[in-house]
Amino acid sequence: MLTNDEGFTRYANSEVTQHSVETNARVTVKVIRGRKTGWATGNSLASDSMRRVAKQASANARASQDDPELTALPGPRPLTPVQSYCESTANSGPGYRADNVAKVIRVAGKLGFQAAGVCTTHVTETAVANSIGVRAYQATTWVDLTCVVMSGEGSGYADAVVMDADRLDAAQVAGEASMRCSLNRDQLALEPGEYSVILEPYAAGYLIGHLASGFRARAYQEGRSFLRSIGQKIVSENLTVWDDGPDPLGIPSSFDYEGQPKSKVVLVDKGVSAGLLYDSVSAAKEGKESTGHYGTTNLLAGEGPVSRDDLIAGTERAILVTRFHYVRPVHPQRTIITGMTRDGTFLVEHGAISRAVMNMRFTESVLEALASADLSKERRLVGSLVVPAMRLARFSFTARAGH
Amino acid sequence: MDLALETARKKGADYCDIRQGGRRFQVVRTKNGRVEFISTSEQTGFGVRVLKDSAWGFASSNDFCAGEVTRVARTAVAVAEASRGLVRHKASLAPVEPVVAEWEAAPKIDPFEVKIEDKCALLFEAERLMKEAAPVAITQGLLSCFHEEKTLASTEGSLIHQRFTGCGASIVATARSQTDVQTRTYPVQSSGDGVLQGWEYVTDLDLLGNAERVGREAWELTTADQCPSGTLDVILKGSQMAIQIHESCGHAVEYDRAVGMEAGAIGTSYLTPDKKGTFRFGSPIVNIVADATIPGALGSFGYDDDGVPAQKVDVVKEGFFLSFLTSREMAATLGERSNGTNRAAGCDRIPLIRMTNVNLQPGDYSLDEIIRTTKHGILMDITKSFSIDDRRYQFQFGTEAGWEIEDGSVRRMVKNPTYTGNAPEFWNSCDAIAAEDEWRVWGLPTCGKGDPVQLIGVGHGASPARFRHVKVGVGKW
Repeated sequence: MLTNDEGFTRYANSEVTQHSVETNARVTVKVIRGRKTGWATGNSLASDSMRRVAKQASANARASQDDPELTALPGPRPLTPVQSYCESTANSGPGYRADNVAKVIRVAGKLGFQAAGVCTTHVTETAVANSIGVRAYQATTWVDLTCVVMSGEGSGYADAVVMDADRLDAAQVAGEASMRCSLNRDQLALEPGEYSVILEPYAAGYLIGHLASGFRARAYQEGRSFLRSIGQKIVSENLTVWDDGPDPLGIPSSFDYEGQPKSKVVLVDKGVSAGLLYDSVSAAKEGKESTGHYGTTNLLAGEGPVSRDDLIAGTERAILVTRFHYVRPVHPQRTIITGMTRDGTFLVEHGAISRAVMNMRFTESVLEALASADLSKERRLVGSLVVPAMRLARFSFTARAGH
Repeated sequence: MDLALETARKKGADYCDIRQGGRRFQVVRTKNGRVEFISTSEQTGFGVRVLKDSAWGFASSNDFCAGEVTRVARTAVAVAEASRGLVRHKASLAPVEPVVAEWEAAPKIDPFEVKIEDKCALLFEAERLMKEAAPVAITQGLLSCFHEEKTLASTEGSLIHQRFTGCGASIVATARSQTDVQTRTYPVQSSGDGVLQGWEYVTDLDLLGNAERVGREAWELTTADQCPSGTLDVILKGSQMAIQIHESCGHAVEYDRAVGMEAGAIGTSYLTPDKKGTFRFGSPIVNIVADATIPGALGSFGYDDDGVPAQKVDVVKEGFFLSFLTSREMAATLGERSNGTNRAAGCDRIPLIRMTNVNLQPGDYSLDEIIRTTKHGILMDITKSFSIDDRRYQFQFGTEAGWEIEDGSVRRMVKNPTYTGNAPEFWNSCDAIAAEDEWRVWGLPTCGKGDPVQLIGVGHGASPARFRHVKVGVGKW
């Protein structure tokens, strides 16, 4: 059972364009009858509605077929509580969001720039129960602020995700985006080809997220993952990636949608594939216990020894990418993906940003790109990932956007 | 519903509307000859939208009772008041005649009346035929259906009730060799083609008649040659044309994008307002309409969520870009009447400008003629990968399968075909479009827009078409 109170204030051209408060819920019931399974979902918490959903799930199970490999429901296991709820966020209303948007517009406006983005406040409750004793509950709050600052010549991006609404520094986010926008002018049209790149965490997150998707046990068991074995060197030894639900660097959670505790799982240990993310079904196939990964993840990549600024200072020539846009797989088993750069792409020469470049399209294998990676000391929360900036030795750009 | 309108009025709203309704979905998924997932979902809710002192406010809830309606209407006004100091432009609404109306997309055969057991049996048989045709590793089947009802009431006097019933279906074969994994689907990938039709659509699809080919082609792809790289002609079959229209035209002509209102999320549009009426979007044979009136097409309706009647609009005529998609609010800024595209993903979501059925009108070729008159090119079928920049200009697509054409004949199957270009150059290179007998509307059930994102069903009418001198075979293979 999920309940969701979400308020969002969208802004564009430095004014509010949409402002909304949405209250909703989702109740999902899974019924096992013999060896048959059925599901049903509703969005009302009224008892008659929930009764109807349960009956429908039961009817769907009756209409299903015996599953010879049916996995029993997972039983209760001890859960470690996490701190994921802040009163300040739960109590923040339309005025809070409007005030933060006003700060962004003010900072951008002082430089003559326009701003666009969204400030969203989330209050969710998750409860999982089953007929063999699982009982789990967690309330979670967080705030997102995204910010694209635009001049007539280019744009810059920044965002922030915080659990505690009082810790959101909208002016800092706007300042970061405005700084990039200031630099993003008179863009050079670089020829497509292979370049060294420095990826800001916003961009690096796409690669880490794609890498982690191959570690879902079910995809691995079915041969759909790029991963062929555990214990195999797949990326740079500088890179360690793990999932740890309770880690407060991300948005913490103590259990998954089966009510199973979230274990820390190291996916990549110094460049070597190390562990898989299991739900109860994929775990049962290997006689293991679920790692608590039916649903969400809280992924983290390890930090490097130098600051992001020192990464740039130590680079002879590279393209600095703020973020990517519309990234899609081209060949999942070969980890080839494509996407565009956006909101601040720059040329680094002789240890400093020398000028802006036009947006470029990349088409690249994630594993090949991460074969050589230097990481920054600073990490930031990007969506549901905690990632550093990264310098990659080779990255293939296949087209230019023309803007 | 009157309670919401009255509450908002009393709180000083200049305009208010309420949408209330519910949706029911059913999904049956099979995999490797077993039921993978049978689910039914029900969603109900309502949303209240108000305009007060030129600022919009919206609030919604899943609990449609008097107390909650009053709370939500008051919240919507409070939200508008909180925004007031941050609104520079006076929002107004283009005029529309208030109507009291009913509209229905009625199925011939209600898909919810077809037994789940029969649906499983159909998918199992399709899976059996795919496996029989070739040693494929994974087979999958999907059947989905939905029913939606919604009522719109506004302070201008509109009261519109609409009912929608629709279906979707797909079968998938995944083949694995020592070195490769390849997938073939029918009729399209992932969530399946979508229509506002009943079970008769699934019958007409002939899943069983296509299963053998899908299984065989998935297997053949694992040993097919890699698609060549270079500048070649590209012939896109209908379903890939649908994605091409969707990404490089449909989103580009949304007026809210063109004026920067989506800049903070999915981006803007290279089709800026100054290009309207003068810009050569494509070659003279390119005619694109946005038509919400096509019976049975996924992007059709009676009225949009502004209460504006469904329309057929010339978007591109003889290659020239003529019209944006608009809402009442956006149309007012153009001094026009709305062309009726303001839609929300549910009654609990705020409406946005969305595509209806954005269609490339048929030409006068046949696919055979297009192939026969191609010197060197690649025929491509069914989207596998799609990406476009934040101005809907530079794109790259990949398809499941390709066939190399030399001197007017299909020479060989090729795998991992990709092509890239920019929208105006690409559309201006279009020199052949197949005729009406090879034209159909393809449904895309999950078009995403907004932040937080809203997924909605849209349609794209298309027949196979040829584009000259396109960069194909992108990347290192």
